[in-house]
Amino acid sequence: MTTTSISDNRFKRFMRNINIPPVYYFLVVIFLGGGILDQIFSDGQIFTNQAILLNIIVRSVALGIVAVGQTLVIVGASIDLSVAYTISITAVMSSYIMQGETKNVPLAILVVFGIGILIGLINGLIITKLKINSFIATLGTSLIIKGIINATFSNYTGSVPKSFQFFGYSTLGPIPVAIIVLILVVFAGWFLLNRTKFGAHLYGVGGNVEVGRLSGLRTDRVLIGAHILCSMSAVLTGLFLVSRLQSGAPWVGPDGLYDLESIATTVVGGTALAGGKGGVWGTLAGVLIFGVLDTVFNQLGMNPYLKTVLRGAIIVLAVASYTYRSKKEAA
Amino acid sequence: MTTTTLKQPSKFLQILKTIWNGIKRVPAVYYIFFGIFIVLGLLSPTYQSANGIMAFLRRTSPLAILAIGEMIVLSTGGYDLSIGSIVTLVVLGSSLLLNNDPTMMPTAIWTMLALGLLIGLVNGFVVSYLKIPSFIATLGMMLLVKGGALYWVGGAPRGYLTENWRDFGRGYFENIPLIERFPYALAILLVLALVTYFIYHRSNFGKQILAIGDNVRASQLSGVRVRLVRMIAFVISSLFAVIGGIMIGGFGGVNVTIGEGLEMQTIAACVVGGVLLGGGKGSVMNVIFGAFTMEAIFNLLNLLGLPKPYKDAVQGLIIIAAVAYVALSTRKKK
Repeated sequence: MTTTSISDNRFKRFMRNINIPPVYYFLVVIFLGGGILDQIFSDGQIFTNQAILLNIIVRSVALGIVAVGQTLVIVGASIDLSVAYTISITAVMSSYIMQGETKNVPLAILVVFGIGILIGLINGLIITKLKINSFIATLGTSLIIKGIINATFSNYTGSVPKSFQFFGYSTLGPIPVAIIVLILVVFAGWFLLNRTKFGAHLYGVGGNVEVGRLSGLRTDRVLIGAHILCSMSAVLTGLFLVSRLQSGAPWVGPDGLYDLESIATTVVGGTALAGGKGGVWGTLAGVLIFGVLDTVFNQLGMNPYLKTVLRGAIIVLAVASYTYRSKKEAA
Repeated sequence: MTTTTLKQPSKFLQILKTIWNGIKRVPAVYYIFFGIFIVLGLLSPTYQSANGIMAFLRRTSPLAILAIGEMIVLSTGGYDLSIGSIVTLVVLGSSLLLNNDPTMMPTAIWTMLALGLLIGLVNGFVVSYLKIPSFIATLGMMLLVKGGALYWVGGAPRGYLTENWRDFGRGYFENIPLIERFPYALAILLVLALVTYFIYHRSNFGKQILAIGDNVRASQLSGVRVRLVRMIAFVISSLFAVIGGIMIGGFGGVNVTIGEGLEMQTIAACVVGGVLLGGGKGSVMNVIFGAFTMEAIFNLLNLLGLPKPYKDAVQGLIIIAAVAYVALSTRKKK
């Protein structure tokens, strides 16, 4: 009796410590439900074919990396709508600089990260110093970036060398490099939020800026830092996309809807839009839900417009699965 | 207090001071709008004639209607991102229903208004009862409505819009003294603005909207039926989006991307008009002028002959600058 109750307690404590966000249950439901539909209406490959499983994750890499950055910003009660065009500018600039030559790769990476840091810095400065709502501020900067790219590039530009495509296509043993990168980014995001001073400060700023300021935080710096990291994650997504597409085009970011989808996955993952609550593990689940959905829809050969409808409905249902019990009114 | 035996400032200075205080009290959006509009007038003779000004107002009215609807939702502390998709739905759906048969016009309009009502109710229900932040709820609705509209028409525009349907957006009352013509669109805007003005500024319901935006808990405790008020706010926004969509379809062609990005433009117009994101502040008049300002900016950039990409960039800069100006000038007053 006693031993079982102790181990029971241990188990409960363990579960509480790792703190699985409720959205993982939703992920399991979607995965099983999709798999069963696939068994009935299609060839039932989702459960049996490992390649499809890996593909779900590879598809999620691009959205996953930028969603981690978006999570940081949203934890700080801000938002970044400029990531889509940051991805685009990374894609076109890097392939333009590389021109298919391996020797240009370091320069290209340096330049695009420089651009990313600059964009994040500008976003952060506008939001904190001019006190403009982050929604409008980043909407403005995304228009500016959009204008700059479309004025300079109009189509696929340059190309990436074979050596750079390892990021998108090669595998380390059985595991694709892209998945390792995604895991590293998620882990870095977790470490930053839960194991560093910066993370603690960010939760403080997101929970209540004024309280944070009064307790001696340099709230502006924390938020600017979060925005810089978010833009850098968008740059990493851009590099991943360009290494898969082999050449950058100005529309890769907005066509992938990376701005709104990264926000949606973050919120689906349980991070509060009002800030101060949430984390990257939930976001990862949100991203995987989107990946599973894509794969299931493809397997079932669904009408593309119906896909969009279902996507919208499932975003709402996923968030509803844990908000409907809350006592607080949503805004 | 008692030591103010200094001589009183002269009458003249006092009058100047009252005028100056009055000037300071005028919201920033009017200076921005009239500033841009005067530049427009100097650059192009079109904007010096009553006819040209009426054409400008006709073009802007749909955005202004969308903006006052959005303002109601923004004032409760929410967002409505689904309005762009509603415009797409209205244009695509109506052209399918009408299919060049003018007698179908009332049916098409009532169908669209009913759909708008339904969308607004669902938005409101999802936000109020499922407790989903409206940003996500209406983002989901945006995908749903857009996908649904495209699925309905089969992916490409089908059918035709009839003349009597298009007249709502592009028609004029003719032979009006002094100004010659008066656009239907502006008349519709004025009626809706007046109705919204009374709801928003002169009724208890309006006070409740602002109270919710200010502090949900406090308004709940003082007896505001938060969920009901939220639902109505989303319904108003959706219905206004339908009306705006009917007018937009009047002068644009039938196009699957017709409503794209409108939600962002509308929110930007509201913010330029002094609406606080997060709720608690707004004004019908200022928001209408916020929409006028946005349209004036587009026209100015067109007139300067900038290619499309530069227009985007400059538009972004101007939005940030205008909002910073509005934000800074309201902060000083506090």
